[in-house]
This record gives sequence, structure tokens and C-alpha cells, in this order.
Amino acid sequence: MAEKRKKKLGIKQRYSMLTRGLGWDTTYQDMDKVFPYDNYEGIIIHDWEGWEDPFRLTMDAYWKFQSEKEKKLYAVIDSFAQNNGHLGITDARYVNALKLFLTGVSPLEYQAARGFTHVGRQFRGVGPRVACQMQAIDELRHVQTQIHSMSHYNKYFDGLHSAPHMHDRVWYLSVPKSFFDDARTAGPFEFLTSISFAFEYVLTNLLFVPFMSGAAFNGDMATVTFGFSAQSDEARHMTLGLEVIKFMLEQDERNIPIVQRWMDKWFWRGTRMLALVAMMMDYMLPKRVMSWREAWDIYFTEAGGALFADLARYGIKPPKYADIATKEAEHISHQAWHIFYNYTHAAAFHTWVPGKEELDWLSEKYPTTFDKYYRPRLEYLDKEEKAGRRFYNDTLPMLCQVCQIPMGFTDMDDPTTISFEVSEYNGDKYHTCSLGCKDIFDYEPAKYVQAWLPVHQIYQGNCGGAEVPDVLKWYNFNLGADNLEYNGSPDQKLWDEWQAHRKKA
Amino acid sequence: MSVASIGKYEFEPLDKVENFHGNQLTYFNWEQHLLFCAPACLPLPPEMPFAALVQEVLPGVYNKHPDFQEINWDEVTWTLDQEDFTPDMGKSLADNGFGHKSLLRFWTPGLDGIEGSHS
Ligand SMILES: [Fe+2]
Ligand SMILES: [Fe+2]
Ligand SMILES: [Zn+2]
Repeated sequence: MAEKRKKKLGIKQRYSMLTRGLGWDTTYQDMDKVFPYDNYEGIIIHDWEGWEDPFRLTMDAYWKFQSEKEKKLYAVIDSFAQNNGHLGITDARYVNALKLFLTGVSPLEYQAARGFTHVGRQFRGVGPRVACQMQAIDELRHVQTQIHSMSHYNKYFDGLHSAPHMHDRVWYLSVPKSFFDDARTAGPFEFLTSISFAFEYVLTNLLFVPFMSGAAFNGDMATVTFGFSAQSDEARHMTLGLEVIKFMLEQDERNIPIVQRWMDKWFWRGTRMLALVAMMMDYMLPKRVMSWREAWDIYFTEAGGALFADLARYGIKPPKYADIATKEAEHISHQAWHIFYNYTHAAAFHTWVPGKEELDWLSEKYPTTFDKYYRPRLEYLDKEEKAGRRFYNDTLPMLCQVCQIPMGFTDMDDPTTISFEVSEYNGDKYHTCSLGCKDIFDYEPAKYVQAWLPVHQIYQGNCGGAEVPDVLKWYNFNLGADNLEYNGSPDQKLWDEWQAHRKKA
Repeated sequence: MSVASIGKYEFEPLDKVENFHGNQLTYFNWEQHLLFCAPACLPLPPEMPFAALVQEVLPGVYNKHPDFQEINWDEVTWTLDQEDFTPDMGKSLADNGFGHKSLLRFWTPGLDGIEGSHS
């Protein structure tokens, strides 16, 4: 034996010892008791060894690789701070996209770390367990490096100071928060379908890529470098997403309808959350990358179409309501921006009416809808603002019970009429914004009746007080700085001073 | 279908009417006037007369819109919880059929918003 052990292991052997070789079947306790979570969802697994490791990485190689990337990233972050990198961005309005990212998306990285840590314990198969544990560490790294990349902006700009606190309390941040809460409180297979597949595989090019290319287009080198540093992690996450789907589908055909339902659900929840990205792309980037409509056509209709054509051999159909989501690509950014324009007094970032050239760009990108439905409204709001009557909506909105977005989305075939759906459960009414959200509610009403809807919580008296300023203080807002219109904001004043200074120099 | 779970799954809804201090949640939507991005939500006493809703509550929600002053309330059409509805101005919300989380939609003929854009 001693002789044999001296021999150096081959790569393949070494890999299998350092991953699969770390697991064992328990004998003092029944495996079902040790792993109580991996079969109650109804997913049937006959052979855990059928799991193909999506990436052949051992922990020691992982540490080495990640620490190299880390060194490069922190060198860039340091030089960004030393060279006043914030002065190189296109316009201070851009920073509002970062505020949305830091409060809305970065805390999801942390939620992802928690979720993958949990399921990384709960699968009895070693292959998925190792993959999930590595992803948990990636996600922790993402939240940390995102905060570090953006922290420089917090020295100069408002609204970046309390991201985790805000994430747990602020009305619009309940949209991404509830998305992840829903995923983390599901079983491990649904969690992987929602986060690894729907989010990281199908929709990632519509979430992560727009923010990172937006940063590149707008001179934000800190965020761009973070994006590059996360790219190889994301590539691994995507392969995990696809592998888990194939694994479930190949193990037993009774898994197919369960997987299909999860795909339908999480596709819809994902597209709802993407409304925030849509408005970022069409309204918040001073230098535009592409319109939301274009992004949707390329990344969902074309790329997603190819993916679902490939999955058809397993009996999987494209997500239910994908046709409605595609119609929405024409309207959703305008409707979402309008929601935030209405309620900017209660948001930790600024909104504004786009300038004339930006409106022209929108008219060109949305030739059949923008001038008809949205431009007159924006021009009116602009006139009002310039006349000293900046419009704010003084009454709290009705929210969707599932996606938690204010009910500002219209019927897509009738874009001047709000879409309403309602369900009854145990004698109470539950309103939803769309058939997609209604289906989700109707399948698991007992879950969604527990939704922490910010507007209802305010009226119950659970959010710091009865008046809006009390609530905003409970959110940790610096009133008059973090919130309200961009024109006249401290951010704008500071930026204009810098620009004037630059001209003089 | 109930939730797939590892044990008994029974929890209280968060928005039971008892949690709103004697009020019930009421939603309103002024149709074809999307300057207001979404329907409004207010906790109102069920014994409030419908006339008070029209004369006191709705102006607070909507009077920033230039069309609001132009509304001829005799011509307004209503739905309550998606059914055609003719309010009795003298009766309370409860007696008009409002429950917790009822939705009131109203249409104002002849008024089609900013520059006819239904905003
Ligand atoms: Fe991540
Ligand atoms: Fe990821
Ligand atoms: Zn919804």
C-alpha cells in the first residue's frame, strides 16, 4: 500500500478523489434522514452518479485561480480611487444605475451565497453538492467585490450608503428581495431551477450584461473590471444551470411536468424583475448601449429560442407567456420608469425626463409606440418640472401580490389600460398584475398570502410611522439628497461644479 | 394545489382586515389617465359614505391632473371588483358592496388625458 501511495495521481484520478471521493453513504443513520430535503419536491433521482460535473475544478485549483483574479481586480480598484475615476464617467445621472445595482442586485449575490450554501449541504449526490458549494463561495466573492468596486462612488454621491438596510425595507427593493426569498424557501431542485437555470442561464444576458456594458459605455472602469472578474464564475454558473435541468429530465420522465412548471414560474418572475433593467437601459444610461427591445430580441427571442429548441427533445416547451413577455419588451421600460418618476420622492435614486435627443432616440427605437403612448406624457412632465411643479404621485400604489411591483403594467394589446387579475383564497382577495403572476399565486396560495407587501405594511404601521417622511427615515434615507428629481439634486450640483472647474483648467 | 413542503404548512395571511385598525384596504383606478402610474391604495373606514369618497378622497388622489376639474360625475361609469356598478352616493362603502381589498375603477367619458395620450 505504502508503495502505491507514493505514486503521483493522474489528473482524472486526482480530480475524482478531491470531489466525488470526499463523499460517503452514511451507515449509523438512514440517508433519507441525513438528506431530508432532496426528495420532497417530487423529483425522482435513480442514480446520483448520473450527474455530469459541469466544470472539472478542485478546491485547491479554485483558490489559486480566484486569488489571481482578485489581485488584478483590487489593483484596478485602487488605481480607480487614486486617479479619481469617478470624474471619467459620462454624466452623474449614470451613478443612479449603480445605486439601483448596489441596493437591488448586490444583496442578491449574498442571498445567492446563502441559497447555495443551503443546497450545497442538502443534496445527497456529491457532484451537485460540490458544484453548489463552489458557487456559494463565488457569490460571496461577488457581493464583496461589488461593494468594493462601487464604494469609491459613495464618497461623492448620495444613495449608496445603506444598501443592505434598504434592501430589506424599501418598497421597490422588495421586488428583487421577494424573488430570492421565494427561491430560497423552495426545495433544492426548485432553487437550482430558479437561480441557476432561469436566472443565470436564460436571463443573465439580460441582467448582468446590460449593467456591465452600460458601465463600459459610460466610463465606469471600476464596475467593468468587476464584471470581467466575475465572468469566468458566471460561465461556471451557467453550465451548472443547464446540467441540473438535464439531470432532472434524464433521471425520470415524471420529473418533466415539475420542471416545466418551475421554468414557467421562474421565467415569469425573472421577466418581471427585469423591468428594472429595462428602464435602466432605456432611461438611466447617459450613453445608451442598445434599447431594451433590441436586447430582448437578441438575448431572449434568438438565444432563448435556440435553447428551448434544444430542450424540446426532453419534452420541454418554451416558458408559458413567453409571447406576452415579448410583447412587453415594447412597453415595459417606459412603464417602469414612469412608476419610479411618480414615486422618486420615496426612492433612493433620482429620476428625470430624458433630454430631447434622448427622447428622439426612444422615438427611433420604438417607432410604433413611443410617440403614441409615452412621449406626450414625458413632454408634459418636463414642462411641469420646468414650471416649478415637478409631478409626484401622493398616494401609495396598489401592488401585485406576487412580483410586488406597483400595478403599472398595462394589457399589452391595449397599452392604455392597466392589466388586473384577482384570486380568492380563504375569503380574501389577492390581486396580481398579470396571468403569469396569477398562475404562480393560484398554484401555491398558502405561500404568497404571506407576502410582505411594503404598501400594506406601511398602512399596518410596521414601517416607522404613519407619514411618508417617517417611513423614509426608517428606510435610512437622507431626505432631500438621496431622493427626489435629479435636476436640482446635490449630485447634480456637485457634478456641475466639477465640470465648470474642468473647463477653467 | 397546496405547497410541497417537509411538514405542515399553515401560516396566517399578512394582510388580514384585522391588521388595518378598523379600516379596509381600498384600491382605485382612474381609467385612461396613466399620468398616475398605477392604481392607488388607501385604508378607508367601511362606514364612509360613497359621497365622501368622491368629494374628499378622490380629489386628494387625482386633482393634480388637469382633467380632474373637468369630470362630470353624472356621466362617470364605474366597476367594483370588475362588475358594472352604480354607486349609491348616500350609502356607505360597505353597503355599496365594498369589501377588504375591493377594486374601484372609473371611466370619465370625453376626457382622454394629456394630449389625448390617455395619460
Ligand atoms: Fe453572482
Ligand atoms: Fe452567478
Ligand atoms: Zn406581478
